[in-house]
Amino acid sequence: MELQLSMVDGSVCMKDSAKSEISSERTLYPYVTGTSIIGMKYKDGVILASDTAGSYGSTLRYKSVERIKQVGDHTLIGASGEISDFQEIMRYLDELILYDKMWDDGNSLGPKEVHNYLNRIMYNRRNKFNPLWNSLVLGGVKKGQKYLGTVNMIGTHYEDDHLATGFGNHLARPILRSEWREDLTFEEAVKLIEKCLLVLLYRDRSSINKFQIAKITDEGTTIFPPYALKTFWGFSHFQNPSKGAAGTW
Amino acid sequence: MFRNQYDTDVTTWSPAGRLFQVEYAMEAVKQGSAAVGLRSKTHAVLGAVNKAASDLASHQRKLFRADQHVGVAIAGLTADGRVLSRFLRNECINHSFVYESPLPVSRLVVQLADKAQVCTQRSWKRPFGVGLLVAGLDETGAHLYYNCPSGNYFEYQAFAIGSRSQAAKTFLERRFQEYDTYSREDLIKDALFAIKETLQGEKLTAQLCTVAIVGEGEAFHIIDQQTIQEYIDAMELSTGGPDEEAAAAAPPSAEAQEGGEGASSEPAPMDI
Repeated sequence: MELQLSMVDGSVCMKDSAKSEISSERTLYPYVTGTSIIGMKYKDGVILASDTAGSYGSTLRYKSVERIKQVGDHTLIGASGEISDFQEIMRYLDELILYDKMWDDGNSLGPKEVHNYLNRIMYNRRNKFNPLWNSLVLGGVKKGQKYLGTVNMIGTHYEDDHLATGFGNHLARPILRSEWREDLTFEEAVKLIEKCLLVLLYRDRSSINKFQIAKITDEGTTIFPPYALKTFWGFSHFQNPSKGAAGTW
Repeated sequence: MFRNQYDTDVTTWSPAGRLFQVEYAMEAVKQGSAAVGLRSKTHAVLGAVNKAASDLASHQRKLFRADQHVGVAIAGLTADGRVLSRFLRNECINHSFVYESPLPVSRLVVQLADKAQVCTQRSWKRPFGVGLLVAGLDETGAHLYYNCPSGNYFEYQAFAIGSRSQAAKTFLERRFQEYDTYSREDLIKDALFAIKETLQGEKLTAQLCTVAIVGEGEAFHIIDQQTIQEYIDAMELSTGGPDEEAAAAAPPSAEAQEGGEGASSEPAPMDI
């Protein structure tokens, strides 16, 4: 609720922020969006993967968007949904980590704390009917403890051994449920992730063939440069697609 | 300490660069009944002397839990101590709510110290008249801090505050070097011994004192009277006598209308 000076009689009155004229409007729909994020724990730490696409509705507008970022020494965050809201979230988190570093006292915020802080922000925005239109995956390692959690625009949050957002929930999670193991090496984990990324590339129209993988262990964080996967479109069904209906496209 | 023309306001400096009101507030801590604290790498113990005003009355609470991992012992104006304990509890629970993680003790004491400092720089406020021994555990180990009315805070291996605390400090000074590796039982025993030192000859019983502990795998809690009595019996204490001289080393105050400390076992008036 905000106190506002009413123009009519000059008195101070209470106005519901959901129908505010003077301040900015609340979020109604997203504009530039990122698609799925996949995250999973492996033997030494946590891996996050995504493509680097920023869609503008049905147009694949931006092709080099970094949707996975580092937060402090112990955490990685990957975002799907509105890219500008992700940039806002990064501002909040960078400020949080800065103030934490300024204490300079041997204590530091780990992935669990960052996740909870973010959850508070997301849920509070949702309650004001002005959400940050994202689904986020947070992964990290602190003192040998691996952490992987997710939080989204309505404030739903949970942890698991492997997570995904958006289409990844439907296409990648089933693969991970059957093939994920606690003791995957980094190479095995990347192979498994690539299997998921490939399925998403084939079946998610907002994805592109340019991926980024990031890993975090007790030693530190690495965000690898983008690369492409080999795809195969030579299925007999795709040859001569208009055979059955001449003149179509 | 005598009255002078610079001691009316907390916002008035003396020519020597002193804030007398703050120093008088620290005097209030010295008049309160004793509290001791000691820590190892993994545990921290707090102890306090509880003297009731009369046999009819119950004693003042001096030990407060701020969170699962932090607690305080107070000496001085108990009412001020209660208010600050409420503040500590609030800060701890706010942090837990936002970060789902215990507030590191070093950050808690800084927030407490900043709150105390505000009262030394506002003409319409007065400093808190209570000293706090903050004992807690976080990811960097067990910690013991002392927060002054002045807004200063210090970390200690072992410390004692309140009346006749010098006797306890003398005892702790002889022993503190080993404390890092002490077991929790030995810490409790030393805390009880330190409390006994402040009693000046009076027999130590579990009714007279309160002891609390926090450590790895152990949330902050006050140890029950029966266990304390067992510790005391095991230490085979009867009427041991600490130094009379050490106790009398506390600075006498000229305007001590409250009644001097002396050798009487009456509780310090400010505690009531």
